[in-house]
Amino acid sequence: MAIDLLRDRGTPLEKQRFTWKDLTQLMYSKLDDDAFTRVRVILMNGIEAEALRFGHACARMNRDLQLHLAKVRRVEQHQQTLVNWMNPADQSPLETTIGFEQVAIEVTAAVAQKEPDPYLAQVYRFGLLEDFDHLYRYSALMDRLEGKDPNALVQSYTDIVPGRPTSLEHRAPEDDLRTPYDRKQAELVTKLHALTIMAGEHMTHDYYMVVGPTIADPIGRQLYAEIASIEEQHVTQYESIIDTEETWLEKWLLHEATEVYNYYSCVESEKNPRVRAVWERFLEYELGHVRYVADLLENIERRDAAEVLSSKLPAPIDYVSHREFVRETLRNEVHLTARGPDFIPFDEETADSPSAAQRKQLNADGSPSDLVAAGYVYTPGTELARKRPRATEIQPEA
Amino acid sequence: MATIRPEIGPNRTGIASDATSKKLSEEMVEATQEFPPNPDGDERYIAEVRAEIAREVDGVGSVPPPPTLKGIAKAAAQKLRAESPALFIDKLGERLVFERSGVRVYEALLSKLDAYGEFDGGPERADLVHILSEEYEHYRALEEALEDLGADPTALTPSANLTATMASGIVAVILDARTTLAQSLEALLLLELADNDCWESLVELARGAGQDRLVETFERALQAERDHLLNVREWIAAAQGRAN
Repeated sequence: MAIDLLRDRGTPLEKQRFTWKDLTQLMYSKLDDDAFTRVRVILMNGIEAEALRFGHACARMNRDLQLHLAKVRRVEQHQQTLVNWMNPADQSPLETTIGFEQVAIEVTAAVAQKEPDPYLAQVYRFGLLEDFDHLYRYSALMDRLEGKDPNALVQSYTDIVPGRPTSLEHRAPEDDLRTPYDRKQAELVTKLHALTIMAGEHMTHDYYMVVGPTIADPIGRQLYAEIASIEEQHVTQYESIIDTEETWLEKWLLHEATEVYNYYSCVESEKNPRVRAVWERFLEYELGHVRYVADLLENIERRDAAEVLSSKLPAPIDYVSHREFVRETLRNEVHLTARGPDFIPFDEETADSPSAAQRKQLNADGSPSDLVAAGYVYTPGTELARKRPRATEIQPEA
Repeated sequence: MATIRPEIGPNRTGIASDATSKKLSEEMVEATQEFPPNPDGDERYIAEVRAEIAREVDGVGSVPPPPTLKGIAKAAAQKLRAESPALFIDKLGERLVFERSGVRVYEALLSKLDAYGEFDGGPERADLVHILSEEYEHYRALEEALEDLGADPTALTPSANLTATMASGIVAVILDARTTLAQSLEALLLLELADNDCWESLVELARGAGQDRLVETFERALQAERDHLLNVREWIAAAQGRAN
């Protein structure tokens, strides 16, 4: 399918319609659908959430755009509803969490390999190894609290082993800001990557903040709090790579193009025909949004959309296992941390650095991510398939 | 820290907890008289939507492709094929997940015991470890049974999935740091009741499938589960000060 961002008109805004039933009925199967269907649903919910988040921020700063933003945002909100409601009711918050981390690993790995800017590619690889560790910690939580096999969710596409230890990921704000791309120099794909990953990470943060308090077990509550804190760092990192000199309308147009790019990627890879029909429908909706905002750019800023977008979309995101790339990254870069916008080996971090102090403070009462996964080795069929429960090995006191 | 028995306290959830709340609740009832329902009707519409949507959606999922039946005798294999291996595999998978989760539930109960201490007539540490060990042995037996049938014991079958959804609220009560050992035992009772019924069913299904060796194994498991249920009932009675 060939998309022309500048010429395709998509579905006109006034024909983008929903009913409550249409918004809420379709669910994928946790058992029968491919894990990447869940991955796409979770990511696209995040992409639509970002559309709303941006639209509201923009409205608060631009009186003249408020009605235009409200019209498009109303549709985006309903798109988000339909996408998010595809998560099935029998998928627990912790199971969905495993899905969120698989998104962060596989989509970030896909982006890191295609990113033309070598510094930004490293930024993605840096974040990737942290989310990779989160999958390991949450998997240990699921296995050791509920006796459930996390692989029922990840379906063997993604390794469940430690990454950069979560307990070492806590950094001071000054070490989370990166150097942005230059809006005049950067390729379109660079901008689409940045918005995609930022949106995914922001949704991940917000999701953990909603479900964290619903977790009953104390170590589970602590783990969600700890990882949500890292996701806040990741949002800080990824929003800082975006050029702040882009105008509001330019940013809006790029958001809509990001949605087109992502729905297009979903259409290209989706195997479930009913879910695929949603991606196809929303691809047309988003092309309509691009057209709507391109017209605004031309009428208000007197700029041609071609200054911001190119006709041709980049190659779609690869929804496949990136196991070898992730392992290679793990071998080569797990020892890195950040100093300012740069990446340095941990052993170059000084004991009195702001990040070291932050880590020491937060971990002062113990590290939930270390405690939950101590000695944890992922085993098909859960840890209990590999070893007897610890309680049965302890001799009662005489 | 909470004690074994509930305590009288400032619970605010009812309409009559004090004079102020009584007055406030009377005002609420007044409001319902001034502002009538909109629209008129009753709960029938909820039922209609449920039925309509249920007719249109797909099921929650499937059992993985039938086992190869490579590990069992020819006659038994023929009988199993005739008796819908999908149902048998589904239910074996259900029990496996339940027993495996049961190990983790008893670990959480041990934490409760450590936090809240024993009480007269309640479980001792060795009692809980004993049951935990049996849950683990049952899980391993089911894993072996599925492997012998050529099925995949790591697959999450539809019944296993739904059972986990059912149990999630019960497990959450036990994992909550604020619940006492006594409250957790009441949650546990629901699990053990379900477990007893399901083992009975599994014995029958194994018999129907001509799996005589499994019938024996499962009958032993059922007997152990009956003992667990008796124990839990006795502990709850003791916590409530009832003669059992």
